[in-house]
Amino acid sequence: MLLEANIHKTLAHFTLNIQFSCPAGNLLCLTGPSGSGKTTLIRILAGLDSPDSGSIRLGQKLLYDSNKSICLEPRKRKLGYVFQEASLFPHLRVRENVAFACNNSTRIDGLLDLLGISHLGDKKPAHISGGERQRVAFAQALAANPELLLLDEPFSALDIQTRHSLQQRFLDIKKELQIPIVLITHDLREATLLSDQVIAIEDGLINTGWLHNCREFVPPERLTEPRYISSKIHETADCLR
Amino acid sequence: MDYTPLFLSLQLAGVTTFFLLLFAAPLAYILVFHPMRGITFIESLVGLPLVLPPTVFGFFLLILMGPDGVVGRLHQTALGTPLIFTFGGIVIAAMLHGIPYAVQPLKTTFSKLDRRLLESAAVLGCSRTSSFFRVVLPNSLPGIASAAILCFAHTMGEFGVILMVGGSIPGETRVASIAVYEYVEAMRYSEAWQLSIALLVVSYLILLAVNLLERKNNAA
Repeated sequence: MLLEANIHKTLAHFTLNIQFSCPAGNLLCLTGPSGSGKTTLIRILAGLDSPDSGSIRLGQKLLYDSNKSICLEPRKRKLGYVFQEASLFPHLRVRENVAFACNNSTRIDGLLDLLGISHLGDKKPAHISGGERQRVAFAQALAANPELLLLDEPFSALDIQTRHSLQQRFLDIKKELQIPIVLITHDLREATLLSDQVIAIEDGLINTGWLHNCREFVPPERLTEPRYISSKIHETADCLR
Repeated sequence: MDYTPLFLSLQLAGVTTFFLLLFAAPLAYILVFHPMRGITFIESLVGLPLVLPPTVFGFFLLILMGPDGVVGRLHQTALGTPLIFTFGGIVIAAMLHGIPYAVQPLKTTFSKLDRRLLESAAVLGCSRTSSFFRVVLPNSLPGIASAAILCFAHTMGEFGVILMVGGSIPGETRVASIAVYEYVEAMRYSEAWQLSIALLVVSYLILLAVNLLERKNNAA
């Protein structure tokens, strides 16, 4: 299942103008300076924000198309979304949180096992650590068998040890999942470790030049070439060739 | 001493609060999370009972629910009985007059809710209705309880609207506030005293419950 996106949205200080594709089983990493439009982009993919124009296609399913006036509600997009800080339902226990969108108890048990949180099933989110909450958020996102997984800096609020442990666990999960995954991160080492493609976004545009400054971290073959490049970025890219 | 008016007031407040919350909670949810075009007009309409004198509000209801009013005629046709000067009539009147007292605290409670919870629910496949029942209501219980107590207390003290729509029929529409007014008019101060003290105690207990609930919420 291929994710194809062509998104245009005018924001307060710049215009988000991004086109990319991500095949099933691949992890596309979005990186770039803060305030460059990454979270807006991922929220648009989820249907939580609307673009001004463009299209988003997931396999045969059209999630958004401005020409055809199609805009699927988030609940109809069949996706998993892990926020920067896990937003679990505080009134539900861990197991109930994971089961929120899934009635299959075997699958829930499997996910709790896979993420090492089986022992937390009866606890409320307020009574577990940040790392554990993030694991629960992963389990919750995966429980409904999503066709697209969106991760907005899911590891950034964790300490180094927990982050490494969860990243390793996620690599195992990624192998099992044959769906497109989009990850936002500022950590280029994390991008290199987890991703198959890396896109740098600056002021709403794909800017490979920004990443060339970080070449030591990201292997060049993983850089996605810019499709919309302003003249200034062209110059930077020429200089770097 | 006849305490029927006090029990009638408690009964009116209970029934009104129950039905008012059923109506006000979804309305507050829409006003906070899914505002649509023209929502300002609805919000202004909801707040009308706060600014209109109760007698004026009651007068409009009297016309609307009277034998020649739209609602009154519909009721008469459907059930064969008039709506005004009945317990059902004063319940509807108290509900309409109490709307802002339920909607405002509920709006405040819902506004404080972390919007990411609703976004999570939407992404996980929840419809708006399902989000309301599965996410919004369970996470707003203390606020709903406060709104309920406020509605109950407001209805206990309702006077002008009830008098206009219900008159003063013993055992049917003669609630405590109206009974006290009539005792004073008839110079029966002893009964007025007793009923007023009873109302005072009930009202104080209600306010005490609100404050204890708020203190508990803040501590949590």
